[in-house]
Amino acid sequence: MRSGPAVELRDVVKRFGSVTAVDHVTLQIRDGEFFSLLGPSGCGKTTTLRLIAGFEIPTSGEVYISGEPQGYLPAFQRPVNTVFQHYALFPHMTVAQNVSFGLEMTKVPATEIKRRVEEALELVHLQGMGNRRPKQLSGGQQQRVALARALVNHPKVLLLDEPLGALDLKLRKAMQVELKALQERVGITFIYVTHDQEEALTMSDRIGVMNQGKLLQVGTAREVYEAPTSRFVSDFIGDTNYLYGVVSAVRGEVGEIVVDADLRIWASLVPGVGIGQQVIVAFRPEKVALNVPEQEGQNTVSGRVRELIYTGSNSTFLVELTGTQVVTVKQPNTGAAFDPQVHAGDLVKLSWPIAASKAFSEAGSTN
Amino acid sequence: MQRALRRYPFLGAWLLLSPAATWLFVFFIAPLFIVVLYGFLERGTYGGVVWRFNLENFGRVFDPLYLNTFLRSVYIAVLTTLICLVVGYPLAYFIATRQPARRNALLLALMIPFWTNFLIRTYAWLTILRTNTGLINTMLTSLGIIERPLPLFGNDFAIVLGLVYGWLPDMVLPIYVALERLDKSLLEAASDLYAPGSQVFQRVVWPLSLPGVVAGSMLVFIPSLGAFVTPSILGGGKSLMIGNIISNQFLAAHDWPFGSALSTLMMGLMLAATLVYFRSTTRRGVQA
Repeated sequence: MRSGPAVELRDVVKRFGSVTAVDHVTLQIRDGEFFSLLGPSGCGKTTTLRLIAGFEIPTSGEVYISGEPQGYLPAFQRPVNTVFQHYALFPHMTVAQNVSFGLEMTKVPATEIKRRVEEALELVHLQGMGNRRPKQLSGGQQQRVALARALVNHPKVLLLDEPLGALDLKLRKAMQVELKALQERVGITFIYVTHDQEEALTMSDRIGVMNQGKLLQVGTAREVYEAPTSRFVSDFIGDTNYLYGVVSAVRGEVGEIVVDADLRIWASLVPGVGIGQQVIVAFRPEKVALNVPEQEGQNTVSGRVRELIYTGSNSTFLVELTGTQVVTVKQPNTGAAFDPQVHAGDLVKLSWPIAASKAFSEAGSTN
Repeated sequence: MQRALRRYPFLGAWLLLSPAATWLFVFFIAPLFIVVLYGFLERGTYGGVVWRFNLENFGRVFDPLYLNTFLRSVYIAVLTTLICLVVGYPLAYFIATRQPARRNALLLALMIPFWTNFLIRTYAWLTILRTNTGLINTMLTSLGIIERPLPLFGNDFAIVLGLVYGWLPDMVLPIYVALERLDKSLLEAASDLYAPGSQVFQRVVWPLSLPGVVAGSMLVFIPSLGAFVTPSILGGGKSLMIGNIISNQFLAAHDWPFGSALSTLMMGLMLAATLVYFRSTTRRGVQA
């Protein structure tokens, strides 16, 4: 069954009473892929994961694992394993007993269990810890046990529900890299739920961004960051500048937007946006250059620096355009010493690529 | 005072403990000592004791007459505990898995009957179970379902029924607490790891609820073994337990030393049972 997607959701809806947690989600996750479901809390990403695991049954639609419709199949009959948010390690069992649990349930011979448990503990660098109790381990180690307990079963798909959420920042970053390396080594499809956009961008082959139960965009890290198809996605992933205006001219896929009498910019229009429409133009702070010669394919506007914020690796400039519009500009601090060429109060020219600015319709701005 | 406290850091703790310690000594340790001591003395003619040391009382305990009652009491207490466990565990599980608001209502419903005096409730069972005029037998005979009254009263059945009825909440509450504390994601983790419902229960729910089961069993077993109100009312004066014999020694036979010896033996038995039970259940690693 290597052909076809590892997991597929077809028009899946899940309602809890009057709340629609998952709203007509259709999604294909490829075999061997590291896929992240990204979104704010309550967006339906965890419910989506639970629908795949079998802890919830869809109100309508169907979940397929390796092409097989899952229907009402309970969790214990599905070829997937889960790493839970708070690990859910069995407190009355040792580490080795935790890891061997799934193998015992599937009646794997005892000698093979012993070998596979040792392999799995080695895989997560916990060799020799088999006789400890979960309570005797640190948070990071417990996390590894949870990972080993799932991976030892060689599931077709591994589901991870914010597994790094309870760890401190340093450990989380280290685990991100390790998880990604681990996934490449074992070749198992990972479906990873997180609200941390940086985590998703770091690890994922593809990301699905969710909000209010809807799957808004699916794409690689670069696609969702550089080419968001909705205002929500551009807002949720990374920092974004917004300018509000009306489309006054359209030339192919780009249009001219009148922000106010003295401020006209160009932006690429998302499908469906046309002349006369109220739009929001979004562009990233790091795409904006200060005081460079005017160029074809760039928006160039002038403004006054209101504030300069030093944030270590970067400098952030808040630049006031005409009226009340403020644009954030982020520049890396590359020099040997911090020596900004621009200071608060200076008049500056801002320019950024038209291709890097997106105009979204203002109506339905949550999507 | 403050200087004294600084010099003797434990003085404060002892001062705070002294009311409780005094209470325990006067009302627990001292009476316990007296009971054990009386067991080694001779009976007075009209109750009380004569201060002459003897070991005869403890010898009499092993008289088959008493030993049989003793063993029967243990049997009844064990049976009561088992039935309470079998009935109480699913009930506790049911309550613990309801919505929080429902849980409190159900727990209250469980407690309400116990606002009535135990003696009155036991007499209520009498009117239900009695052989000729009891509710059940009267009803069944008048409906023509049975010809002769069923033996519902004055036997072990009636006693066990009364004890189960009386101590069931003491089994349900500790198990409920253990189950309610149980992290529900552990159940999902087990079923995610291919465990069907029966295995989830056997491997995760049951072991993690064992502390509650142990506590509940103790709370039922100990008062059941020493029960004397229930057997004296529902046993109909024929079916007796060790508690009745002890109370008879003090109230009717005026043999305090022998009553004390029986009590001492019973306490020893309870202590032994408790230790064995705790040992056997905690060894499986239930400290969690």
